[in-house]
Amino acid sequence: MTEDPTATFRVEAGELLEQVEQGLLDLGHRLGDMALVNAVFRGLHTLKGSGAMFGFDALAAFTHHCESAFDRVRKGEVPATAELVSVILSARDHMAALVDGDAPQAEGDAILARLAAAVEAARGAGVTADAPAATQGWKLFFRLPADAMANGTNPLMLLDELRDLGEAEVRVRTDALPPLGTLVPNECHLGWDVTLRGDITREAIEDVFIFVMDDMTLEIAPLGDVAPAEPVVVEEAPAAAPVEAAAPVAAAAGGPPAAAQPAVENVRVPADRLDALMDRVGELVIAQSRLSQLANNRHDLLLRSVTEDIERLSGELRDTMMVLRMVPVSSLFGRFRRLIHDLARETGKAIELQTSGETTEVDKTVIERLFDPLVHIIRNSCDHGLEAPADRIAAGKSETGLVKLSAHQAGGEVLITIVDDGRGIDRERVRAKGEANGLIEPGQQLADEELLGLIFHPGFSTAAQVTNLSGRGVGMDVVKRTIESLRGSISVASETGKGSTITLRIPLTLAIIEGLLVRVGESRYVLPLSAVEECLELSLEDDLRSRGRSLITLRDRLVPFVRLRDLFETGTRPDPHQKIVVVATGRERVGLVVDQIIGNHQTVIKSLSAFHRGVGSFSGATILGDGNVALILDVAQLVAMAQPREEMLRAAS
Amino acid sequence: MTASILTVDDSASLRMAIRIALTGAGYAVTEAVDGADGLAKATGTRFDMIVTDLNMPNMDGLEMIRALRQQPAQAGVPIIFLSTESDADMKAQAKAAGATGWLVKPFQPDQLIRVAQKVLGK
Repeated sequence: MTEDPTATFRVEAGELLEQVEQGLLDLGHRLGDMALVNAVFRGLHTLKGSGAMFGFDALAAFTHHCESAFDRVRKGEVPATAELVSVILSARDHMAALVDGDAPQAEGDAILARLAAAVEAARGAGVTADAPAATQGWKLFFRLPADAMANGTNPLMLLDELRDLGEAEVRVRTDALPPLGTLVPNECHLGWDVTLRGDITREAIEDVFIFVMDDMTLEIAPLGDVAPAEPVVVEEAPAAAPVEAAAPVAAAAGGPPAAAQPAVENVRVPADRLDALMDRVGELVIAQSRLSQLANNRHDLLLRSVTEDIERLSGELRDTMMVLRMVPVSSLFGRFRRLIHDLARETGKAIELQTSGETTEVDKTVIERLFDPLVHIIRNSCDHGLEAPADRIAAGKSETGLVKLSAHQAGGEVLITIVDDGRGIDRERVRAKGEANGLIEPGQQLADEELLGLIFHPGFSTAAQVTNLSGRGVGMDVVKRTIESLRGSISVASETGKGSTITLRIPLTLAIIEGLLVRVGESRYVLPLSAVEECLELSLEDDLRSRGRSLITLRDRLVPFVRLRDLFETGTRPDPHQKIVVVATGRERVGLVVDQIIGNHQTVIKSLSAFHRGVGSFSGATILGDGNVALILDVAQLVAMAQPREEMLRAAS
Repeated sequence: MTASILTVDDSASLRMAIRIALTGAGYAVTEAVDGADGLAKATGTRFDMIVTDLNMPNMDGLEMIRALRQQPAQAGVPIIFLSTESDADMKAQAKAAGATGWLVKPFQPDQLIRVAQKVLGK
């Protein structure tokens, strides 16, 4: 394993910054909570200390100011205020940028100026030591405190150090030695007179005693040609640290956190190693299924029993592997507290965030990719959904708007819901906009679900004007596409005056899917089972009738279909009994005509190379039990491809 | 003879930096992740030196130093605590608890080695 403290520091700094952020957000609600103040202080403090150690000097210098400000809060000199918390939050963002190495100096200066304004108090000047003069030598006497040896100070080492400085003449003083009967052997009662010759600074001598200087007797006098001048008695000499005045001791100790952490040992593993392991496990599963096929063709009982063992083990290994990549959604939800805080400030609305189901676990990749869509949805809720405080009171609601974020697992999926108690979606406006955009006919009858579904169309925004919060060129259509690229789905429900609910259904993992294995021509393909609605025969009658216009009637609805044989240009004769696999994304359905449906297939997804990624229609590949490769069809793409055709045909029919 | 040093710090990167510095200078290093761990690892053995952080979860450095100094076997073991310039009274408390000396964070690896040489001898 390569040891790179800088990389480790970056990871750790990220965690510290997150802790600081959470602490600050909590502190925003409970300004008097000293435990939180201490927690934030500790985070900043560690960040500064390790930052400087690992060469992040700009970070250390910047953080130092914030830490100092918080130190004053900690010591009760300055009360925590909402503004202070807010400034330190923006400072935290700047620190994060400094860790990444791309932070404009001017921004940092502006934050520090705000900080200084927030903490209107001057910093005490540090104590500086007097400049010493070098002489040709020194005469000194020292006596250690009685407990010095028990506490780890070895006088012999100190004498050695003095000898290292220059020519030394040492004489012991035994005048303070107690009688033998009362002598405690590990107490130190001796004193030493030392004459040091050489070009030695006073500082160098004081350095030797730096650890014990506060409570020992140390007399240092220049070795002059004159008789020794009156010895300088150093009492409570200025130590390396500037002593801050009037620090209330009670508030100072940074004590342990209130709750002891449970003793679970964690190992941090880079994600790419997990991916590599996942790959190997995937290949093992494939090799195992080849083995199973071979064993099934032979009548060797021993071989079969071994094969079954390997089958079970590789299955278990795969399950364990999946769990390794799972992380609780709390890591995702936690990040939204900050968003809500910022949104509340920007909109002037009072917003409360409630979260539940944080322990629900989802694949790490999924979590990462959910962040942007959720940001957009939450922004929408706060910006469009929640009313201004005055309007809320007028509507008989509490002044504070509520956004609820929850997660729970249902089978192989996770349901994430975002609920707000705002004004709800204005159906009339949606309808008007839909008509204006030509998405629906004026006066067209639509089921409520369909009407609300219009917001997922590209270029659709119900905001009367685009604010700086929402509508940053990202619409719900992008959210929908992102969710679908995760093989998930999104739905919306809304009650006028009461609020809206957005529900996301996301698969637990992206690495393995349940697939339907089909054959088109001589090749095999995999369709994600979650998208498959039903399988039908393409009767000769239907086939003939639909000639030229690929539409079938499915329970009184026209469903377009795509002949994969044509699409892939197989060049083989079609099977006499072709099948249609009806797949759906959201409300849109498409039939895919295949030659044969082979059956269910659990698939370890291999991603396509960068070179092939641009090829539409395929979202990945997998290796079949016999070692052949099957491409995984991208249902969303195929549906998108078929839809314009459908509309064209509908218009024609 | 290789001196054995116990380092106690809740920061993995700091522990790594300290270990790299000390092992590079020829010392044997044992690591502990907090005061409780440090106390457990030091009890029953005698390290030649202990380097500890002060702010740590579960058991902080102060408590650990106090607990160690109550064990007769730990008498005279140099305990260096890592401090920062802003915790002057913490330093006083650590000294009172029985710490031998301190090292101000941030520090360079050679400063740590100098301190080790100072209390362990060269």
